[in-house]
Amino acid sequence: MERVPVERKVLNENERVAATLRARFAEHNILCLNLISSPGSGKTTLLERTLASFPPGERVAVLTGDIQTENDARRLARFGFPVRQITTGGTCHLDARMIERALADWRLEEIELLLIENVGNLVCPSSYDLGEAAKIVLLSVTEGEDKPLKYPSIFFKSELLALTKTDLLPHLRYDIRAAEENARKIQSGIRIVRTSCLSREGLQEWFGWLDARRRAFSAPPVAVF
Amino acid sequence: MHEMGIVNSVLDAVRAEAGRFPGGHICKVGLRVGELAGVAPEAMSFCFEALVRGSEFEPLELEIEYCPRRHRCAACGKLFGATADGAECPDCGAGGARFAGGDELEIAYWEVEDGASAGRT
Repeated sequence: MERVPVERKVLNENERVAATLRARFAEHNILCLNLISSPGSGKTTLLERTLASFPPGERVAVLTGDIQTENDARRLARFGFPVRQITTGGTCHLDARMIERALADWRLEEIELLLIENVGNLVCPSSYDLGEAAKIVLLSVTEGEDKPLKYPSIFFKSELLALTKTDLLPHLRYDIRAAEENARKIQSGIRIVRTSCLSREGLQEWFGWLDARRRAFSAPPVAVF
Repeated sequence: MHEMGIVNSVLDAVRAEAGRFPGGHICKVGLRVGELAGVAPEAMSFCFEALVRGSEFEPLELEIEYCPRRHRCAACGKLFGATADGAECPDCGAGGARFAGGDELEIAYWEVEDGASAGRT
């Protein structure tokens, strides 16, 4: 019996495709963001508000993943920007190959911001690099303050946490500070924005972050996880 | 539940590597799975059993080394297991320790049995 050291990533095929995507995004100066949350935390609604904030002709595009239905793509297509649904047919996350296929006939030179809405799931999407510049995690205030401790991986890997549905706080026994502290225990430097797509709390702050991130991206590259 | 896909990736790697060991075969695969990898080791073992039993890979075994989240103290350099309650150094008490591991999802090693020794056992 002989033990042979290997030292390679299990998902190295996904990592290879993701690296190719990242290189293509860099070549075309595309900022790609990967939005991840549980089902029902408000990814699609935040994207609706985000798309509505852009002037016509903004070079933004959206890929939206779900196990079934084209519902999200229909909701997001109303804003007039390119949107494509990826239906995984059962798979609980998007992987780099799905992104590569979805982009196959898009003209990347016409895109500056690519927003990817992952399948609703707080666990599995965190393992799959899609070539994004940053992951964004959403957590709604109905989900429990300890979610960052229970599902640390995604809170560790995300650059920004959007706490969503804060308009519900008066009706809940929810300690939003505890949720924020828990997220910072997992990653001390995570940026946190409190948002409500109904009251519009925090939306300007989110748009501002997005704008600054885009400008930073077209400047020299920033090291991100 | 994406462990099935991850185990499939491991088995793809075993299949791809099999040709490197003429006359022998890979009998065990060692994985390193970090606390922050977003993967449940028990679910991986379950999927592994389900996929290997009755397949070309049998009797392949799986060994998982679970790697807790680690921090390194910025002040004294000590490496320590980080808890969810904070990242203070247990030695010098300094805060601001840096992440130093715990997101692994790696194949660490194969164990290869050569044809001759397989025949003897």
